[in-house]
Amino acid sequence: MTLIGWIEIALYCAIIVALTPIVGGYMTRVFNGERTFLWPVLRPVERLIYRVSGVDETAEQHWLTYTVAMLLFHLGGFAILYAVLRLQDVLPFNPAGQGAVAPDLAFNTAISFITNTNWQNYGGESTLSDLAQMLGLTPQNFLSAATGIALAVALIRGFARTSTKTVGNFWTDVTRCTLYILLPACVVFTLFLVWQGIPQTLGPYINATTLEGAKQTIAVGPVASQVAIKMLGTNGGGFFNANAAHPFENPTALSNFVQMLSIFVLGAALTNVFGRMVGNQKQGWAILAAMGVLFLAGVAFCYWAEAHGTATLNALGITGGNMEGKEIRFGIVGSALFAVITTAASCGAVNAMHDSFTALGGMIPLINIELGEIVIGGVGAGLYGMLLFVILTVFVAGLMVGRTPEYVGKKIEAREVKMAMLAILILPLMILGWTAIAVVYPPAAAAMNNAGPHGFSEVLYAYSSMTGNNGSAFAGLGGNTVFYNVSGAVAMFVGRFWMIVPAMAIAGALAQKKMVAASAGTFPTTGGLFVGLLVGIILIVGGLTFFPALALGPIVEHLAMQAGQLF
Amino acid sequence: MLKEIRPAMVLVVVLTVITGLIYPLAMTGIAGAIFPSQAQGSLIKKDGKIVGSALIGQAFTSDRYFHGRPSATTGPDPKDPSKSISVPYNAANSGGSNLGPTSKALADRLKEDAAKLKSENPNAALPVDLVTTSASGLDPDISPEAALFQVPRVAKARNLPESRVRALVESETRGRWLGLLGEPRVNVLKLNLALDGSKS
Repeated sequence: MTLIGWIEIALYCAIIVALTPIVGGYMTRVFNGERTFLWPVLRPVERLIYRVSGVDETAEQHWLTYTVAMLLFHLGGFAILYAVLRLQDVLPFNPAGQGAVAPDLAFNTAISFITNTNWQNYGGESTLSDLAQMLGLTPQNFLSAATGIALAVALIRGFARTSTKTVGNFWTDVTRCTLYILLPACVVFTLFLVWQGIPQTLGPYINATTLEGAKQTIAVGPVASQVAIKMLGTNGGGFFNANAAHPFENPTALSNFVQMLSIFVLGAALTNVFGRMVGNQKQGWAILAAMGVLFLAGVAFCYWAEAHGTATLNALGITGGNMEGKEIRFGIVGSALFAVITTAASCGAVNAMHDSFTALGGMIPLINIELGEIVIGGVGAGLYGMLLFVILTVFVAGLMVGRTPEYVGKKIEAREVKMAMLAILILPLMILGWTAIAVVYPPAAAAMNNAGPHGFSEVLYAYSSMTGNNGSAFAGLGGNTVFYNVSGAVAMFVGRFWMIVPAMAIAGALAQKKMVAASAGTFPTTGGLFVGLLVGIILIVGGLTFFPALALGPIVEHLAMQAGQLF
Repeated sequence: MLKEIRPAMVLVVVLTVITGLIYPLAMTGIAGAIFPSQAQGSLIKKDGKIVGSALIGQAFTSDRYFHGRPSATTGPDPKDPSKSISVPYNAANSGGSNLGPTSKALADRLKEDAAKLKSENPNAALPVDLVTTSASGLDPDISPEAALFQVPRVAKARNLPESRVRALVESETRGRWLGLLGEPRVNVLKLNLALDGSKS
């Protein structure tokens, strides 16, 4: 670990904190339907979209209508994406002549992208045409992100509104998020990324003759426009197989730093949107503080583990940390920081191969995902995931003192706590259930790239990542088989929507309640005590659920490594 | 709720066209006009022929050239396309080794490569990046230490004084961005081009 490494980490955190209220203020205005500086250009486009689609922008929706609208919207998105993948061989913009994607892989990929997971059982440059990347994947990068944010805003409205049955309008929320937030940011971001060296071309793959006279085929494509939304929307699906480790997806240390910022910026800002909408920004800062504590602990541990290297390297007298599966331009700190950020959020882009991390270093991304990606989290999904834990926390605090818990002026009652638990319990069911099946089903177990406990970690990571809609991987696992494609699609689908429906039910229930005035008996949710309790609840729930599985994977692997055992 | 079906079907198509066609095609046009070189892939030409991309590493094996990091990329076997074999720096199929810290295969590879490099330059400490594969398999860079480690071999193969070669390495070394972000590095392709360009 170096001083300069720590300065990079500190600078990163400072910029995120500084951006949070600025971006949060802007997002609040957008979702309140207020005038913003982009109105003169985009407001006519927005109105035209509503007219064509038959959307009444003044109509408010019941939580159930909102949720059904969201599900229908995804059905349409799934159909388009699946069709484009299956038909890419006969559609235009296919300079590399890619064949149609196989049915099970297309199914997995379509589910993967509509759920904001962006798990890659395909290798981008060896499987997909430019059209499949642009018209197939890019829109779902936008729309799954916009959906996540819209749902978080609907839940926030549940907390903020009183005595009403409605939580907003899904169509206007998703359109505004796409038009006023994601698209303008991506236009600027794309140009920055091309400037840094990311290609943006529809031309064929390049045929180069190297200095030694060999032939090298270099895959290119409309990369930058997709990378921009892949990061901002915490999607994480790479244009290339190596994702953000590929020099064409992340060419410089500066592009790496800005990409890391772009993963967190919207998710962090949503905590501020929450604070503004419930009328007290401190409520947002308290949530961000709890996220920050968990984040910094993860970064410090992962950075330490990777800088420390592996037993094999140390035995050979080679210093400089564990550089297997890492790029020179990012180094140890740029790789470890990225790994923690991408799994704290549900991004899942990788700029280093997590499979080759040290046992303990690789355990941090795994823990981040298993805690539910609530440290900033996926855009939107992180906030509503965190609010579920908040509900649990105030419930536990209420039990301690024997009072009905309240949060931001709303009484938290049996229905909310039941729904929160339903959403929280889905993670272990999918992650541990599927992992248990995969490790005893011989064809699935044969897909492991590493033997011993590391192979188990690969499978555990795969189902954690898919259920958590993360999309990063211990990528050695040969996941492109019918078993993984289908079981993974189930995990991704359930992991996304089983979380969303209870969260929306909570939104609906809360919106109907009256505000309770704060009294001397109200547990303050803006101070250090609340932050500490929230962090504690998250760690206890996550620890009780996943510690046994972690003990069989990374922990036993670390002990084996210390004892000099190889597999 | 039936009235939500029309927006669901139409809006998804409208937003797909905006974000999936208009946005990427417009960006392709604008980026190509403002940053033509980067948009095409930062290609390097020599005598009118494309010799590679400044951002993509290539496999160097000759003693006369500086070598990049080991690469774990694969490609189809020319004899049997259904099988894949090791094809270092295959820029049409990026990827890493994905071998973990307790992998015997990785430990054996590290030991073998370390022994080979030690025999080439027994005096210097072995830089970690010369024995580890990168995440993409296409890493264009090596650390300055890894470049300096190879100076004696390259100088000998080219009959150049070591000081000349070392000076080239130093002029091709790039520091951290603003002294802060990333790691110092040397682009192997550019270094080798500079080497070819320097008169003996």
